[in-house]
Amino acid sequence: MMKGLVRALARIASGVSAQLGLAVLLATGLAVPPAAWGTEAEIRLEAAPIDVRDAASLQAGARTFVNYCLNCHSASLMRYNRLTDIGLTEQQIKDNLMFTADKVGEMMTIAMTAKDAAEWFGPAPDLSLIARSRGADWLWSYFRGYYRDPNSATGWNNTVFPGVGMPHVLWQLQGDRVLRHAAVRDAAGREVKDGHGNVVTTVKFESVAPGKLSSLEYDIVVRDLVNFMTWMAEPNQVLRKQVGIWVMFFLAILVALSYALYKEFWKDVH
Amino acid sequence: MAATEKQPITGAGPFNGILTWVDERFPLMSTWKTHLAEYYAPKNFNFWYYFGSLAMLVLVLQIVTGIFLTMHYKPDAAQAFASVEYIMREVPWGWLMRYMHSTGASAFFICVYLHMFRAMLYGSYRKPRELLWIIGMLIFLCLMAEGFFGYLLPWGQMSYWGAQVIVNLFAAIPFIGPDLAIWIRGDYVVSDATLNRFFAFHVIAVPLVLVGLVAAHLLALHEVGSNNPDGIEIKKLKDPKTGIPLDGIPFHPYYTVKDIFGVAVFMFVFAVIVFFAPEFGGYLLEYNNFIAADPLRTPQHIAPVWYFTPYYSILRSFTVNFFWIDAKIWGVAAMGVSTLIFFLLPWLDRSPAKSIRYRGPIFKTALAVFVMCFFILGYLGTQSVNEGRTIVAQICTVLYFLFFLLMPWYTTIDKCEPEPERVTK
Repeated sequence: MMKGLVRALARIASGVSAQLGLAVLLATGLAVPPAAWGTEAEIRLEAAPIDVRDAASLQAGARTFVNYCLNCHSASLMRYNRLTDIGLTEQQIKDNLMFTADKVGEMMTIAMTAKDAAEWFGPAPDLSLIARSRGADWLWSYFRGYYRDPNSATGWNNTVFPGVGMPHVLWQLQGDRVLRHAAVRDAAGREVKDGHGNVVTTVKFESVAPGKLSSLEYDIVVRDLVNFMTWMAEPNQVLRKQVGIWVMFFLAILVALSYALYKEFWKDVH
Repeated sequence: MAATEKQPITGAGPFNGILTWVDERFPLMSTWKTHLAEYYAPKNFNFWYYFGSLAMLVLVLQIVTGIFLTMHYKPDAAQAFASVEYIMREVPWGWLMRYMHSTGASAFFICVYLHMFRAMLYGSYRKPRELLWIIGMLIFLCLMAEGFFGYLLPWGQMSYWGAQVIVNLFAAIPFIGPDLAIWIRGDYVVSDATLNRFFAFHVIAVPLVLVGLVAAHLLALHEVGSNNPDGIEIKKLKDPKTGIPLDGIPFHPYYTVKDIFGVAVFMFVFAVIVFFAPEFGGYLLEYNNFIAADPLRTPQHIAPVWYFTPYYSILRSFTVNFFWIDAKIWGVAAMGVSTLIFFLLPWLDRSPAKSIRYRGPIFKTALAVFVMCFFILGYLGTQSVNEGRTIVAQICTVLYFLFFLLMPWYTTIDKCEPEPERVTK
């Protein structure tokens, strides 16, 4: 239970720290270290540097989403004109984001049925709520965890999702990468061993063919996409927090007044 | 003529005529006096005494938010999951109703657990409050049923597989088990039929019983009078002129204003969770439950909601077949007994003192160990099993039951202090 509590608090805190993280990243222009590296025990995820109040980022993410995801995946719980919440007009939505629907009040569905998709490629889950079931950190690490793997059916693999069924849809943007294993060495240069005496290895991505975007530009595309998917999983989340602040304000006054009332009445109890 | 014997109501307000008219035809004033204005409660209630009224508040919250959810929810395996998301996205303020309801479920259990713990601290289940305690336990069982039925309704992966696991427990009962499980589900697997009947139980059957039991709980309480942190009967010492207990104060206005303060503090904490952490790290809304139920894909790790995890741990801690009876049957039986054994507390406890304030070190230690075991079992129930955890769960299960089974013995040999005549601060 404690772990969950800590995780809940960490999720709240990570929003803040992730912002700082990306700011530093952008400022220094440094290339990004491996997104995540899998061990047998757990997959370590990096905190997604997202902000669901950043309308520009959400709009960019929506564009990436309809261009790259919405062909095979649906977002059937999401209405197109809900995108007005992230600062788009209905005309902008119609002109730029609607390829498969006619009316702006329609849901983000796709022409392909789930059954066909399952037969042709394997299951392509609906993405409306994927950011709530997987988490933003998972998505952020996942989109940055693809590498070339000649042993897999699609030619792609992923550090966060080993044996992933989906090929790297954003590969033209990111370019081809391969995974290199290397032993972890301590300060003296010796190999580090775990409790069972196995050599601890780490993995590093190595670019073999550059994509259209630099590593930093790619990260920004992924950040915007993950940001959008996180917003889409709960479009009311910004409103929820705004309302929450007013409710807390009201209740704080109620606590003070009701305490004063209680003390006033209880003066004559001895 | 009873109507003419009553005194007309003379208050300061403009409604005396109407109130008198009603009172001549309905026990208005007598009910008001019996249960509020002239119900004398001990004046030394402390922090632990907030949770009864808070549990009632949460019950009302659950009913009101539940009514609004029912207006938009579709109890249909093909539509249930999407209808919940429809409430979250399209229904104005639907997200608020839903989060209040999902958070309220846990708040209900927190209030009730703390309310029960209060009874254990101060011996509130002891004579003459045995029946009050039994009615309270029936409320607790109803609440567990309500939580279980309600958890299936969002029709996510955890809903589905959680229900599957729990219903399968009934299948472990010898002879009738497999048929019983089918009878509960209405099908060979959890399906649309199961969802429909769970909906019926969740929105009408169990709430009706629950509300009736709560009314009975209050009536029984007001018949015997409230216990207090000193565990002494305030009715023993009354003012010879008025007949009012010397340590009693009228519930209204004293405890109504105090409880309003409690409500405000509770609502503040509740609002923090509803508005800023409604998932609460996956403990109130499971991440897996944002995936629609899929009968063909079993999640790797199925854990019940936190308020069931102590009993789930007890179930899982039985790994050996005793007396040629399957370990699973022992586990199910132990889980059932672990909740039902609370019913026996009034008769297991033989201590001369009711309140922990005047009890000896043995009971204090036993209660502390029991609470720790309850927490450890609760934590372990959220985790997957391994050898070490199973051993810890087994030790805690043994201690959990020993707390009850040895109580008649250790409460008699314990060194209690004398109880005071009057309540203390």
